[in-house]
Amino acid sequence: MRFLLNGERVDVRAPAMKRLLDVLREDCGLTGTKEGCGEGECGACTVLLDGQAVNACLVPFGQVRGRSVKTIEGLRGRHPLQESFVTEGGTQCGICTPGMIMAAAALPKNATLDEVRAGLAGNLCRCTGYMGIYRAVQRAQGSGLTARGKAQARTKRRARV
Amino acid sequence: MADPSDFTIVDYRHIPGRNVVALIGDDQPCLAEHVVRHFAEPILLLAHQDRERLIAAEVDVRYEPSEPLFDPLRSPKVFKSIAIRKGDIEAGFARADEIVEGEYRVGHQEHVYIETNGVIAVPGGGGITVYGSLQCPYYVQKALRAILGFPAERIRVVQAETGGGFGGKEEYPSIIAAHACLLALKSGRPVKLIYDRAEDMVATTKRHPGIVRTRTGVTRDGRLTAIDIDVVLDGGAYMTLSPVVLSRGVIHATGPYRCDNVRVNGRVVMTNTPPNGAFRGFGAPQTQFAAEVHMERVAERLGMDPVRLRENNALRAGDTTATGQVLGRDVSALAVLRDAVARTDFKRRRRELRGTNRGLGLALFFHGAGFTGSGEVRLASKASLELTDHGARILVASADLGQGSRTVHAQIVAETLGVPYDAVEVARVDTAVVPDSGPTVASRTSMVVGRLLERCAAEMKQTLGRLTPREYLRRHGPLVITKQYEPPTAATFDEDTYTGDAYGAYAWACDVAEVEFDPVTYEIRPVRITAVQEIGKALNPMLAAGQIEGGTAQGVGYALLEEVVMRDGRMANAQLTNYAAPTTMDTPRIDVVIQERAYRHGPFGAKGLGELPFDGVAPAIANAVRHLGLDVRTLPLTPERVMDAPPIRKRTGRP
Repeated sequence: MRFLLNGERVDVRAPAMKRLLDVLREDCGLTGTKEGCGEGECGACTVLLDGQAVNACLVPFGQVRGRSVKTIEGLRGRHPLQESFVTEGGTQCGICTPGMIMAAAALPKNATLDEVRAGLAGNLCRCTGYMGIYRAVQRAQGSGLTARGKAQARTKRRARV
Repeated sequence: MADPSDFTIVDYRHIPGRNVVALIGDDQPCLAEHVVRHFAEPILLLAHQDRERLIAAEVDVRYEPSEPLFDPLRSPKVFKSIAIRKGDIEAGFARADEIVEGEYRVGHQEHVYIETNGVIAVPGGGGITVYGSLQCPYYVQKALRAILGFPAERIRVVQAETGGGFGGKEEYPSIIAAHACLLALKSGRPVKLIYDRAEDMVATTKRHPGIVRTRTGVTRDGRLTAIDIDVVLDGGAYMTLSPVVLSRGVIHATGPYRCDNVRVNGRVVMTNTPPNGAFRGFGAPQTQFAAEVHMERVAERLGMDPVRLRENNALRAGDTTATGQVLGRDVSALAVLRDAVARTDFKRRRRELRGTNRGLGLALFFHGAGFTGSGEVRLASKASLELTDHGARILVASADLGQGSRTVHAQIVAETLGVPYDAVEVARVDTAVVPDSGPTVASRTSMVVGRLLERCAAEMKQTLGRLTPREYLRRHGPLVITKQYEPPTAATFDEDTYTGDAYGAYAWACDVAEVEFDPVTYEIRPVRITAVQEIGKALNPMLAAGQIEGGTAQGVGYALLEEVVMRDGRMANAQLTNYAAPTTMDTPRIDVVIQERAYRHGPFGAKGLGELPFDGVAPAIANAVRHLGLDVRTLPLTPERVMDAPPIRKRTGRP
């Protein structure tokens, strides 16, 4: 089946009812997309389907024919969110992070805090309490650093006790 | 079913060593022989290279039912009981003007690490290698030695990147690793065993449910004269870590308060649910929930300001804890309380909110860091530091689960050794490479293992003298420095009488929670939590704040949302659809305030931090609900419980 994967045309042979999550991980070798619950509750498998955040565990592979799928690998480690999640403490154990970043990438530009919260409500994080994630998203969106964010950025640069 | 010869099949008869999951009591079989004590008890293992075939396989198991036991209060089987005695409890009650009694209940809590438990076992070279999502590689190795009958050098355990733990990957990986190893050894092929979410939720450990009965004597002017506490924890079907969970629970049961006359009786008992185990806080959240809601009730009874009551009784330097531990100058109970009250303008805000749908409450709490009592001495953990061309390489068994231990350990070494942070590497956690630094639990990774590394680095610096690492290696050859835990003081703890120094250091905290009550749905929505926490030294302020924010969010779930519904000993809501861990919409704004009062024996003054933030959230929220006039004493505070809560009858100004 032909579709666009991270901007490249690909042709992948897999059963139409196989979960997109499994096709990405097993057939395409893209293991950045994670499984947390397998029932669309935790958002760890969030990818962008034609620019929209979806849970890859709920999408049968047959539905992606001719469409565009973007995974965390498609951000190539250079997306502002990937940097800000590091510098603002938006990630701890990291398992929710790929899905969280893909969901955040689908947020409207200059989202307010309430919009960020609503937009990420389908993504569970058990480590951070979400505060670091909000700081990271707001930083990446260029809405300016909070005072604490600045202090932490300095700490990070010194990287000393 | 397909031809069974395609499958690898293992039952207890295939276990080459002992059929036990070695931990404390060695009572849990790796595979059931003739009796199952709980619904999720493993009996038979099947492996197949085709997952679909495996799912389609059917196994007929015939059970002879017997009467199960689900009520811990009626359980005759006690895994462990502990008694703490201080002073003269009857004399204490005789001096009291008021006696306040109450019962407090807390339920199970599921960890909801977003990555479920999972391992891969690879046989070869006369031994086996396990890669897994786990906290304690040497616990797994110890369990496998017993089950497989292999010597340690034939069992290699490697921690894979681990998607959260919170205690849920402390003891459980041992059993799942054993299952994968048995299948791998029988088939001669690698075996991957990863639980799906429903399997993980029904089978793995949970936070112990508890019932705490408290009776305190207090003078009219608000001084505690006697504290009498009875703690019952539900251990589930096997002992796992229950004795040490109970130990931490009873030691923290009085809360951070001074009282000359204390009696605490605790027991953890067997029931026919899957075993309960380690979860951030480890017994202390259960008992401190009771302690802090009870303190609020004492204040209500006396008609006294709850802050003043806590100020009267908070532990101070020179005071003794329930076990008779004399506290030094690093006691911050009053400091965190006063800071939290000032920052939130607590007293004025309480008055302001009176008569509205909002409530404000607080909880004062503490958490002992490291293993309880003589635990650290018995563990005798080791850490090593190897000199490299540019700096050093850390060799420890501490598993980074997201808390950032690799970062913090590298900071400690870089700073002590005087090299740039980037010059410090951290070796992969692999029992073939790193020494046993003890388990990654008990808020000990920075404080205890970090201190060992600090000592290694200090000695390395001295050994190097003026030489650069490269020069040293060229002249003298390889350098590896290993340090082993030594108790920093001569203080001891008596495990028979439960007296003495229970912990090397305590961290102190005060949470203030503001909540909003929905009069239509009876939901309690947390609006804002202020968490003031004294942790010795924040080695990395961003990571420390992350621990406090994350622990607080988990506490919000414990307080309001997370209810494990047990039906006939089986978790009935084993899905993230109806077991609700907090989302962005359920988590309030969390304001973190870190206080630092250096602990002499911690690296750069640091004390344990990981668990502390969890302990006080639920009582702060419950006390905010009490401020709304609702008498809540049971967690979680679901709308049903809030609807059933009787109104609080205040006896203000009673003589």
